[in-house]
Amino acid sequence: MSSELLIKNGRVIDPANGINKVCDVLIADEKFAQVGKVDKAVKNVINAKGKLVTPGLIDIHVHFREPGDEEEETIASGSAAAVAAGFTSVVCMPNTTPPIEDETDVEYIHRKGRQARKTHVYTMGAITKKREGIELAEMGFMAQAGAVGFTDDGNGVQDPAVMLRALKYAAMFDVVIAQHCQDNSFVGSGVMNSGYYSTILGLPGMDKLAEEAMLWRDIQLVKKAKVRYHAQHISTAGSVELIRQAKKDSLPVTCEVTPHHLLLTEKCCEGYDTNYKVNPPLRTEKDIDVLKQAIADGLVDALVTDHAPHLQSEKELEFLTAPFGMVSLECALGLYIKALIEPKILDWPGLIRLMTERPAKVIGIDKGTLSKGKQGDVTIIDPDAEYVVDVNKFRSKSRNCPYNGWKLRGKVLKTIVGGEVRFSAD
Amino acid sequence: MKVILNSEQIERILEDQARRIISETPPKVEIAVIGIRSRGEILAQRLAEKLSKNRKKEIPCGALDITLYRDDLNSPRAGAGPQVRTTEIGFDVDGKLIILYDDVLYTGRSTRAALDALIDLGRPKAIKLAVLVERSGREFPIQADYVGHKADVKPGKSVQVNLVESDGKDQVIIE
Amino acid sequence: MAASGKDKKFEWNRKHLLGLRELSAEEITYILDTAQGFEQISTRSIKKAPPLRGKVVVNLFFEDSTRTRNSFTLAASRLSADVIDFTMKTSSVSKGETLLDTAKNLEAMGIDIVVIRHNAGGAPLFLSRNISACVVNAGDGYCEHPTQGLLDVYTIRKLKGSLKGLKVAIVGDIAHSRVARSNMWAMTKLGAEVTFVGPPTLIPAQVEQLPVKVSYSLDEVIGKVDVINMLRIQFERLGGNPFPSVREYSHYFGLTVDRMKKAKPDVLVMHPGPINRGVEMESEVADGANSVILQQVTNGLAVRMAVLFLVNQATARVE
Repeated sequence: MSSELLIKNGRVIDPANGINKVCDVLIADEKFAQVGKVDKAVKNVINAKGKLVTPGLIDIHVHFREPGDEEEETIASGSAAAVAAGFTSVVCMPNTTPPIEDETDVEYIHRKGRQARKTHVYTMGAITKKREGIELAEMGFMAQAGAVGFTDDGNGVQDPAVMLRALKYAAMFDVVIAQHCQDNSFVGSGVMNSGYYSTILGLPGMDKLAEEAMLWRDIQLVKKAKVRYHAQHISTAGSVELIRQAKKDSLPVTCEVTPHHLLLTEKCCEGYDTNYKVNPPLRTEKDIDVLKQAIADGLVDALVTDHAPHLQSEKELEFLTAPFGMVSLECALGLYIKALIEPKILDWPGLIRLMTERPAKVIGIDKGTLSKGKQGDVTIIDPDAEYVVDVNKFRSKSRNCPYNGWKLRGKVLKTIVGGEVRFSAD
Repeated sequence: MKVILNSEQIERILEDQARRIISETPPKVEIAVIGIRSRGEILAQRLAEKLSKNRKKEIPCGALDITLYRDDLNSPRAGAGPQVRTTEIGFDVDGKLIILYDDVLYTGRSTRAALDALIDLGRPKAIKLAVLVERSGREFPIQADYVGHKADVKPGKSVQVNLVESDGKDQVIIE
Repeated sequence: MAASGKDKKFEWNRKHLLGLRELSAEEITYILDTAQGFEQISTRSIKKAPPLRGKVVVNLFFEDSTRTRNSFTLAASRLSADVIDFTMKTSSVSKGETLLDTAKNLEAMGIDIVVIRHNAGGAPLFLSRNISACVVNAGDGYCEHPTQGLLDVYTIRKLKGSLKGLKVAIVGDIAHSRVARSNMWAMTKLGAEVTFVGPPTLIPAQVEQLPVKVSYSLDEVIGKVDVINMLRIQFERLGGNPFPSVREYSHYFGLTVDRMKKAKPDVLVMHPGPINRGVEMESEVADGANSVILQQVTNGLAVRMAVLFLVNQATARVE
């Protein structure tokens, strides 16, 4: 008895296989069986006429706060939010309390993800013990347990010798080392981009050099170690230029960009609204333009939300002391459409590629396509449906979202994981 | 609008008041005039000049701003509050007979505020109130010692004092 | 003899004074004109007037400052208000109470005006959104110190008549100075030309977008200006030493008797206080003929009385 699901008449976009046409997708026994004209009579049919049918969307940078800060978010609530937003796979960051730094931690995350039965939940492990940047963590065991990469995200590895050691050690395993590029000596006590606005708002600033200096340093180390390296949430024009040169030099360097670094600038901090306090901070119009151009040029490998939930009580502090982070999983697709599709920076296949095929490649998972035999993860999208972002309807536990009230286009209708409909918008 | 006092009449009133003040005040008592801003101060200036001529010595004159002593500062109102201006009294009020001059005596509240302001400046020997125009409608038990003109004003109408120094001509109108 | 404030139909309707950046030149002038009316309260024998009688003013100071706090306390008492001091070092914030909770507690106590000094830029704005009392900013982080800016321009206006066309040098740790910012906004709005003077390491980011000139040399600027405002070098605040030593700083940026010889004879020497004698300026200059530092303190009282009076007035307004 095979369980079959047939998705009919949608516009199927599978960038990995070069598909962008109206046809059908058949999933059988949780795997893709056929993409094309399917005449078979199947019991479970979804009519996707006028809608987009894509491989399940993948977000390789989220924070689900479990273990340790379950009041902000849990893997259950986070993956429920993700699946409602069209994501079938997410990658958790290891800056939990305690951090993810050995194989039991990795297995814990996987188990919680399975129990939630929403999206596939992957995790990265910490590069160094306690994310302190001094001693290497057990990358080997974590990789064996299924960690898809390593990062001290939240912190950058400050000591270049430690970073080099981490890269060299990682060469034993087929993993990616990801970096939250932040040289603390440039950042000081900064809470927003260093510039005109930090000056007149009287807040300490984070110089762009903090990101660019560490990225430049890491690229030099990658030249020596030749290990896969992923620059997380790049935010400046300078970082783009470094990536451009690194790729030109054929180094195994990849990078990701968040929606807020494509839509918001430091000017948003003018009212001291802490929902705009993020790390890396909101930059300038010029940086946005260069990032968008980089995306158009194919320099960027993944679009990620860096979903960072915080309690209202934590964010209801002075800008100086509030924690960094905003959530945007549940309006991510709409935001990417606003930032990239509407101004014609990307077409739909281009956008979907950055949310499926390419992020999957960064972390080395066998997903992000509709190829035969692969796990049947599909997202069905209504590209024209308009809606207003309402944080009170979020499935996430947290509400620290600056996009409340935004009018966006592009709604997720169904999210299918392994042939099972795990979300349906009704 | 009705003109109830013209330039000549105003001048005659001030002459009268000056004469009466001199005749009722023992020569040894020092007199000073203090006008309530803003038109009271102009009239006070004129009165002080006449008193000076009569006594053949300089009678000091000052200007009092009563904004800080008003009793309606914290009452709900539409629009802006009154503007605080300076009080300029360049002499000691202690031991003197102060002639407090206001242009119109109506509810009596301005006079009450002026008395409070004056007491905070020192201890006069006595204070007498002189006004150019008086109308009925007192809300406080206050009367003037020297009244220039008793006006019969219907409720809803107001008395406006115009003076050369501030408005270009001398006249008192009801409108 | 008459006051410079004429009977205008100007309307003051601000319940809070959070900064000078958002005020118009007209509003700033109105505050200065109002302050004139308060000056003489401090010189007569009964140093009190009743406009804030029955009102409660709270000094909510999260940062040490006896000088500013005393100035506000005195200003409030001269207007017959009751004053309460919350110096947060000793009170519940050190136990971890948030600014928001502190605000709610004050609100529950029914106070009328909060004077707040905080090390976070934007804290007064945050407070004003969570409390129905009036909020007066006594200094927030590096952002603004509006009453200091006002008393500085008041002092200059009193001595020079007007700020239009006047050249002002503000010298010192500009990057971390809220006094410099408030001064900049008030002075440029009133028509003065402002130059920031200091070592490059203490000049703020993207200063070229601000309405000021910049110089790294006090010697180059000193002969050209009508007002010199020396900022205090805040040793306790400077991390990662932006200049190698106090010695070197005062050599290049200290106001010495020798340097003063190059200045205009009628130049005004100002300082927000407290002075580091021998660092920002030599004692002889601080106590010298051009120094108006003590006048700033006196004027500060009149200005703060005016500010408290005006924000309180705005609450009586019903539209």
